[in-house]
Amino acid sequence: MISEIHRHGQDIEKGSSLGRDAWLRLKKNYLAMASLWFFVAIVAVCYVLPLFPFVPDPNITHPDLQSQPAFTSATSMEGHDVFYLLGSDHLGRDIFARILYGGRVSLFVGFLATAVSLTIGVIYGAVSGYTGGRVDAVMMRFVDILYALPFMIIVIILTTYFGNNLWLLFVCIGAVEWLTMSRIVRGQVISLKNQEFVEAARSLGLSRWRIIFRHLIPNTVGPVIVYTTLTVPAVMRLEAILSFLGLGVQPPNASWGSLIKEGADRMASDPGLLVYPAIVFGLTLFSLNFLGDGLRDALDPKSSKD
Amino acid sequence: MDPAPLRLCVIFFALAATVFQTSCRKERKVDIATREKILLLGNGGEPKALDPHLVSSVGDANILRSLLEGLTTFHPSDDTKHEPGVAERWEANDDFTEWKFFLRNNAKWSNGDPVTAHDFVYSYNRILHPEMAAPYASMLYFLKNGEAYNKEEITDFAEVGVKAVNDHLLVCTMERPTPFLPDVVKHTTWLPVHQPTIEKYGTMTEAFTDWQKPGNHVGNGSFQLTDWRINAHVKVRRNPHYWDAENVKPNGINFYPIPNSYTEEKAFRNGLLHYTYIIPSNMISRYREENDPSLRSETYAGVYFYRCNTNQKPTDNADFRRALAYAINQETIVKYVKMGGEQPAYGYTPPSEVGYKPPNVIGHDPEKAKAFLKKAGYESGEDVPEFTVLFNTTEEHKSIAVAIQDMWKKTLGIDVKIQNQEWKVFQQTLFDMKYDVGRAGWIGDYSDPTTFLGMWQTGDSNNYTGWSNEEYDRLLKESSFARNPEERYRILAEAESILLDELPILPIYWYTRVYLISPDVKNWHPLLLDNHPYKHIDLIPSGESGKEEG
Amino acid sequence: METARFIASRFLQSVFALFCIVTITFFLARLAPGGPFLDEKAVPEHLLEKMNEKYGFDKPLVVQFGKYLVSLVRGDLGPSFGNKGYSVNEVIAQGLPVSLLLGVVGLGIALLIGIPIGVFAAAKQNTATDYTLMAVAMIGICLPTFVIAPLLGEWLAIRLGWFDVAFWEGSSAWVLGSITLGLYYSAYIARLTRGSMLDVLNQDFIRTARSKGAGPLKILFKHAFRGGITPVVAYLGPALAGLLGGSFVVETVFGLPGLGQHFIKAATNRDYWLINGTVTVFAVLIIVMNFLVDVVQAWLDPRTKSKG
Repeated sequence: MISEIHRHGQDIEKGSSLGRDAWLRLKKNYLAMASLWFFVAIVAVCYVLPLFPFVPDPNITHPDLQSQPAFTSATSMEGHDVFYLLGSDHLGRDIFARILYGGRVSLFVGFLATAVSLTIGVIYGAVSGYTGGRVDAVMMRFVDILYALPFMIIVIILTTYFGNNLWLLFVCIGAVEWLTMSRIVRGQVISLKNQEFVEAARSLGLSRWRIIFRHLIPNTVGPVIVYTTLTVPAVMRLEAILSFLGLGVQPPNASWGSLIKEGADRMASDPGLLVYPAIVFGLTLFSLNFLGDGLRDALDPKSSKD
Repeated sequence: MDPAPLRLCVIFFALAATVFQTSCRKERKVDIATREKILLLGNGGEPKALDPHLVSSVGDANILRSLLEGLTTFHPSDDTKHEPGVAERWEANDDFTEWKFFLRNNAKWSNGDPVTAHDFVYSYNRILHPEMAAPYASMLYFLKNGEAYNKEEITDFAEVGVKAVNDHLLVCTMERPTPFLPDVVKHTTWLPVHQPTIEKYGTMTEAFTDWQKPGNHVGNGSFQLTDWRINAHVKVRRNPHYWDAENVKPNGINFYPIPNSYTEEKAFRNGLLHYTYIIPSNMISRYREENDPSLRSETYAGVYFYRCNTNQKPTDNADFRRALAYAINQETIVKYVKMGGEQPAYGYTPPSEVGYKPPNVIGHDPEKAKAFLKKAGYESGEDVPEFTVLFNTTEEHKSIAVAIQDMWKKTLGIDVKIQNQEWKVFQQTLFDMKYDVGRAGWIGDYSDPTTFLGMWQTGDSNNYTGWSNEEYDRLLKESSFARNPEERYRILAEAESILLDELPILPIYWYTRVYLISPDVKNWHPLLLDNHPYKHIDLIPSGESGKEEG
Repeated sequence: METARFIASRFLQSVFALFCIVTITFFLARLAPGGPFLDEKAVPEHLLEKMNEKYGFDKPLVVQFGKYLVSLVRGDLGPSFGNKGYSVNEVIAQGLPVSLLLGVVGLGIALLIGIPIGVFAAAKQNTATDYTLMAVAMIGICLPTFVIAPLLGEWLAIRLGWFDVAFWEGSSAWVLGSITLGLYYSAYIARLTRGSMLDVLNQDFIRTARSKGAGPLKILFKHAFRGGITPVVAYLGPALAGLLGGSFVVETVFGLPGLGQHFIKAATNRDYWLINGTVTVFAVLIIVMNFLVDVVQAWLDPRTKSKG
């Protein structure tokens, strides 16, 4: 998956001052726009809706009200009145509330790990590309070597060995995903560094870091945005696979991955447990992928000539 | 839409469908196996070894029971009875400190060699030998000087209490009175191994040798090993040299390691298995609703409980532990979380038929729980220092922990954290006593309450709670010298009431075995320890399941 | 000469990468809490010591590492604790063919589904056909394999009876495993094909062909296909590596005795030599794949050599 994105990243060589044009092109791509709004809506719902009191505590159990269908009102044996919008799970917890709170975790993991990979990848790639020569060769060879490591397996080893720590998860995943980003940024920087505005900055006596951070990195933003939109779903998938092994988020909290895992186990007896979180998760990944594709098309005028 | 991709799709799927249709079976795998009298058993995890001196898990023991036979063996339907195995008969002296086993003349290894008393002496030397470092050597500490030999306090095996008087008489001298020895010798650790085979592939105490492989393995059980593929299957077939070969009903058994219970249940539904090792709890209600006769639920000698670390706050306080215990609604867990017909654990030792009556004093009582919390010095649950319930990563432990977490929150107002750790990390944390409350389960090794009560003695390696009570230790020692079983059980019950008063452990439920079994399998009776002697199990097509499927 | 130097430098790099991975896994495994001898029923301390002594775990880690490297060079991966009586070499010899079969057939299925979808989506860029095809392809990416696998098992095996739902020997469950893996990668291949086909379709020689009146299908297959498919070839290496590394999910769901399951079990059981052995084999596979892809690419396109 990495090399695919990588390739397209390198195609976008003139990704500098395209902002307005790109936005106009994106607006014409209805699927990408629908994806954008859907994604914004999902994020808003997950973060805002639980602030209202009508969303119940996702971790409160009513064991006697287990596996209720959607739109059920019931009274538990302890005398609590509950209403299940999307039904309840095997411990009588509210699936709707769990999806919202699980979304917070999954999106948080997705964004934070992407941010980690973004930071490492952009700085590494920019420094390597700008410095050039021997340093560049050594730095890129190092990336080549890291590409050869079975990362899925290293993440599994790290998380099985050092516990289900969400922060560790970010670091692990972030450390996996930065490689391609650094290659993309390096390619961009190499094509930019001999252009006039950089020469001008250099002749003004600006420091190397200033040139990299103020002049070069901002100009790589196009491909970086594209790659970022595609990294978020990749990270969320990785988190889901770790949930399959029981790694990742600590119970009683949930992530979309852990909800889907629970649902997949129980789908023969309790399909709702799988269907609702899987739909939300699937659509979110779907929208992010389409948004990424749309952005790529929009930022790369070549491919949208037809 | 362009017709071309459509056409391509149609062609592709049509091709696929024809290929698969032709490979479609007319007869299910279980039906073929029933006809050939091959038992197809789901068996939990992959066996760690097929060497009786190296294994511990229930699944490993299930396979070894088909390959090796001990002095006595399991009765097909009654746990309290012992069937003769290699020993035809056995007798003890008056105070049960010396047991004589009279071995049959016609017992043979699967290569035709006779099984003698010397084989047993060799085997007991092997498992107790310090160089062997066998993990469950402690099961043979019943033998006089067994522990001393294993711990290198003595070096001469002749001092250990086991002698072959002649080829057919084995005498065991015990460390202390052991009236239940005929039950203990059924355990895997007491099974014999074939000396020439062991030494053909290595020395006596080498662990990683080829003797356990198909073709090399020599046993004395009703079956012999024919195939073993890691993570795929272990196959055993009829042993022609077995002394009772004409009464062995199945022609063979295939054991399938399936750690994923959801896959196992599907394999059963798909007609690939006669028997599942377990069934996921969410499927139980489905089989119940359909009144499916394949679903069985039987009492099992095991207890599920939480350990408390008695060395640190807040669980060092007995009143606090009592508050925790009384706040757990065991009925709710059994009825809505486990759903397999388990019994709420009102005591610790599971109820059994041997005559031991455990004191049943624990139960859900919110008022009592709150009172004990006050007594422990906490006005409300919010004053309790933070502590964590630890469990190893599985869905079932998770559900139970989440339910109990919520019960403590609702009843006592304590906001306890729960944490899962992967199995080996979990074991290490318990071992290092770095936990507050930890999930535990214990399954009896033999039919006697000491298999449950022994571990709470001071310094026992399975204690892990830091709990120690002189009176408890004294009563347990005293019980071995009791004059009769009734007296002995009374003393043990007295010890257990101390345990249940101090509560270093929070009992939750007593196990049941819930599993699926094909109606073709006959003579599979409920057993407390679930050790089924395979030779009695028969396979007879039950008619209705022989139909073509789909 | 140039090619020989390129191959030699690549080879040295690969050896270095392999050394890194062996070192990392060895020390990670040993620094982790827990050990191979801990179990539900406790092992007394004097026996634990004995076991550690017996298996050489009482020596300093560096010494153990040195010993391990020496035996590794000799091709001996050590014993497996979880499968006593089997060496890691034997465990891998049993597991690798299963994983390879799953992976190769999975990749075949992925190509069979992915390339046609990608080609036709590109031909109909930004139309309803394009969107529908890409959306269908995307299902494989959007649902985790542990959802697709049990769904296929429930429908194709239990309801329709076309396959067995589990087991290896004499069972067809592995086909389901391959389909599951293939569906996931078909989505990536479809997107990749679409992207590169678009690039090719926008190039001048295609315009020329079009202006000469070549039909759309002829343009697609005669002119554009070869160029459009090249990036897919480059993707095969990482894809197969990913398939092998990710196959543990389908191996668990369908009860297949592949390398992925061995790895997960080894990691959770602290079966030290088996962890190192499986990771080393995975790493070698990935490195060989990347190496082959590089060589093939360098041979196809001389420009990449200098980059390499």
